[in-house]
Amino acid sequence: MSTRDAILKRLRERTDGPLTAPESDFAVVTHRGWSAQERLERFERLITSVHGEVVHCREGDWTAALIEVLAAKGIKRLALGREHPVAAEARAALAEHEVALVDVDRDIEQWRREQFENVDAGLTSTRGGIAETGSLWLWPTPDEPRLISLVPPIHIAVLEAEGLEDTFFDVIERHDWAAGMPTNALLISGPSKTADIEQTLAYGVHGPRELVVLVRHSKEAA
Amino acid sequence: MTPVKLYPPKPDKVYLFGTCLIDMFYPEAGLDAMQLLEREGIEVLFPDDQTCCGQPAYTSGYQSEARAVAAAQLGLFPEPWPIIVPSGSCGGMMRTHYPPLFAGTEQEALANEVAGRIYELTEFLVHVCHLRLDDRGPPEKVAMHTSCSARREMGLAETGPTLLASLGQVQLVEQVRAAECCGFGGTFAVRHPEVSAAMVEDKTVAIERAGAERFVTSDCGCLMNIGGRFEHQQKAVKGEHIASYLWRRTS
Amino acid sequence: MTAQDNSIQTHPVQRHVVQTYNPRDFHRQAHDALENPQIRANFRKAMDGLMGKRREVFSDWDLETLRELGANIRQRALAKLPDLLEQLEANCEANGIRVHWAEDGEEACRIIRELCEARGAKSVIKGKSMVSEEMHLNEHLQSAGIEALESDLGEYLVQLNQQTPSHIIMPAIHLNTDEISDIMHDKTGTERTRDVDYMTAAARQQLRERFMSADVGVSGVNFAVAETGTLCLVENEGNGRMTTSVPPVHIAVTGIEKVVEQLRDVPPLYALLTRSATGQHVTTYFNMISGPRKPAEHDGPEEVHLVLVDNGRSSIYQDDELIETLRCIRCGACMNHCPVYTRVGGHTYGTTYPGPIGSILMPHLLGLEDTKDLPSASSLCGACGEVCPVKIPIPDLLVRLRREAVGEGRGNVRGAGVKRSKREVAAWKGFQWLATHPSAWRGGTAVAGKLRALTPSRLGPWTEYRTAPKPAKVTLHSLVKRHRAKGKSITPQASSEEERS
Repeated sequence: MSTRDAILKRLRERTDGPLTAPESDFAVVTHRGWSAQERLERFERLITSVHGEVVHCREGDWTAALIEVLAAKGIKRLALGREHPVAAEARAALAEHEVALVDVDRDIEQWRREQFENVDAGLTSTRGGIAETGSLWLWPTPDEPRLISLVPPIHIAVLEAEGLEDTFFDVIERHDWAAGMPTNALLISGPSKTADIEQTLAYGVHGPRELVVLVRHSKEAA
Repeated sequence: MTPVKLYPPKPDKVYLFGTCLIDMFYPEAGLDAMQLLEREGIEVLFPDDQTCCGQPAYTSGYQSEARAVAAAQLGLFPEPWPIIVPSGSCGGMMRTHYPPLFAGTEQEALANEVAGRIYELTEFLVHVCHLRLDDRGPPEKVAMHTSCSARREMGLAETGPTLLASLGQVQLVEQVRAAECCGFGGTFAVRHPEVSAAMVEDKTVAIERAGAERFVTSDCGCLMNIGGRFEHQQKAVKGEHIASYLWRRTS
Repeated sequence: MTAQDNSIQTHPVQRHVVQTYNPRDFHRQAHDALENPQIRANFRKAMDGLMGKRREVFSDWDLETLRELGANIRQRALAKLPDLLEQLEANCEANGIRVHWAEDGEEACRIIRELCEARGAKSVIKGKSMVSEEMHLNEHLQSAGIEALESDLGEYLVQLNQQTPSHIIMPAIHLNTDEISDIMHDKTGTERTRDVDYMTAAARQQLRERFMSADVGVSGVNFAVAETGTLCLVENEGNGRMTTSVPPVHIAVTGIEKVVEQLRDVPPLYALLTRSATGQHVTTYFNMISGPRKPAEHDGPEEVHLVLVDNGRSSIYQDDELIETLRCIRCGACMNHCPVYTRVGGHTYGTTYPGPIGSILMPHLLGLEDTKDLPSASSLCGACGEVCPVKIPIPDLLVRLRREAVGEGRGNVRGAGVKRSKREVAAWKGFQWLATHPSAWRGGTAVAGKLRALTPSRLGPWTEYRTAPKPAKVTLHSLVKRHRAKGKSITPQASSEEERS
């Protein structure tokens, strides 16, 4: 008998007999009932408490805020996608700018060392945010692969203010994640950090040292 | 977890289960508990055939011996009066471990019934007697050490401090890590003496640093452990069972 | 930054000497730890910090309801375990994740080694995985000529120091800043410093090279979702994402009990895990992997494997009481709150999982012969059970294993009865006889009081640290009789004054 079958057989022929599965009540992880304002405040409070930066901007001129961030942080080489509106608008706004745009729609094998050593920041869109924990959720795509939110020392993420939801549970349920998961789904809540040296917090241990969230507010809301 | 307990009105009579440690080492604490209850107008029945709740055998893994000893106690409380135990540890044993210990035996129903009538002394004084105390003792700084069983198994973190706080002349001081175990743990202190010693050392330091002149506890195991450590170091801090302390200051 | 890239070539891992601790030596190891003021101080500080953070982060939650849900989700997963494992396997395979089954650690090591060899792999980079520690994967791979390097900072430091983790969440918690500075200086050539940012940056630089050059990444799994064939990893550092995204092969290894039924089961468990473990609302990264790189994608591993390890778990699964052990989500809160663990530290236990969870889990993995002192290494204070996010009744399970150890249990734990001794059995039989014969009891306790002067002043180990208790002159039984005889008119003080001593 294969190991697999032997293990499953032991589990099925349990000495103390079959077990009854209890029902679960998920009320405690949903129904927060926060207003848009409360969501935004909570998101900002939590993500900044773990060293994330939040920059508010308007939908129409968010790229101006992006350019300010790039200048303030001395970012010379920015890795970004091409097709997503966030990437497309950023590319348009930065076309005449001195920041070098690094294409990410290339197989990593071709430019791994370049990405690890010669990119100052990665720009990505996000699918939304979670107010309860101050988290962003990302589903990396061929256009915006997974490593650009991880390898460069700074990650700049663009979040629509309306994309904030209350809890992780709410996000999974409302967007029906179970219907089809991407290769990689991510929650990101701040820059990379560690407390492994005597509980002293240090940032940027493996991933980005800085996370900047550009929160885009639509015209109506602004 | 222990469901919220609905407390009955004050009864005419109660049983007292004295516990073996009190019987042998701190009998006055048992008598003082009895007198506190009697002063509230309650007749205290003390079944003469009581011995031990069985916990030492139970926590050492000798379940059938524990069951036999426990079984010898089950029949001692025939009338439906509350059973008062001046120990969170023995009280916890009788309230939470008797039912599973007797599950599937002939005494299951009796064990459940007895378990349902178990009250730790301070719990009973606070929640059933609504005890009011007239403090006649001198001013004193006191630390309360609530036993782990009272605190966690019986959910009684507050009853001891509540009683002490109602003594007008007593200043209740809070030691650091008040909720941490003193290191007694029954046979634990014997099987792992060095670890236990490190724990009781920290506990005595915490009590002393809090400025307490005395510590009070509702469990004689903790009393023996913490008090024994203080005495060994010839420290001035004395320990006392809460029943004795309350009785001594208010009688 | 003066961290030197070339220094890593003298990496000690290749020397392959790991400081070992053995659960059989619990007493000696406890003695050594208790005598070591640095260890005592490091653990006390760390545990105080972790307990405080946990308390704070749960303060605005309905914690009891959340724990109830957490326990319930894990119970449901265990109730359906064989079906869920099959579902997980089917969905993983459909997603392109190859699933392997291992009876024990040895088989799991062999599977992973063969996967490495099939790719001609020479170097493995590892994300934190306690199961891989449990099966001693690093040693196994190294003996096959494959270098295995830990990338979690704490694990990396511990590996540099030729040790094993002393905590399941914070592997290097036994070391303080100065000690870590020395280790990094000695092994990697960094400056001696107390600057944590400097040391962190140095480690980042050292490990980035390794991520780029590693042939295989090995990680653990926090939750494996049967419904979607998804592997979830919880982390702060980003090394887990690196490990699972950069090398061309990702091998995830996990115990068979880590499966959950649905995706919606994940948020409550994740909320409980981060808050219980480190007092965080959330970790920096929650990484959900549902397959290898797709043809259109530009990064991620070409191959993803899942190794499901039994290693004693299906045996624990048989028993209605012991099965509760398998609910564990490996948060470490039980050790953070354990007064024994806080005093003796993680290495004293000599097992992969230390502290309360280790004491109820390791006897099944190693047998009670090797772990007989672990179930008794608890005062049963209940702090572990109180904080467990999935409500494992740890104290009850410790008592159950004590029962098994003395041969009074069901006998279904390996090594049951190993602690049985005729002397001890006789002592408890004697206790039983006395406590079930009230008149003998009364006589005996009264006699003890009469003989109190003869009580030896040294009652074994107890009196090394404490004054021995002396039996009272008069038992409560006698006091009550006198109290009754005198009637209630008598002033109670009078009777008790004379008895007090």
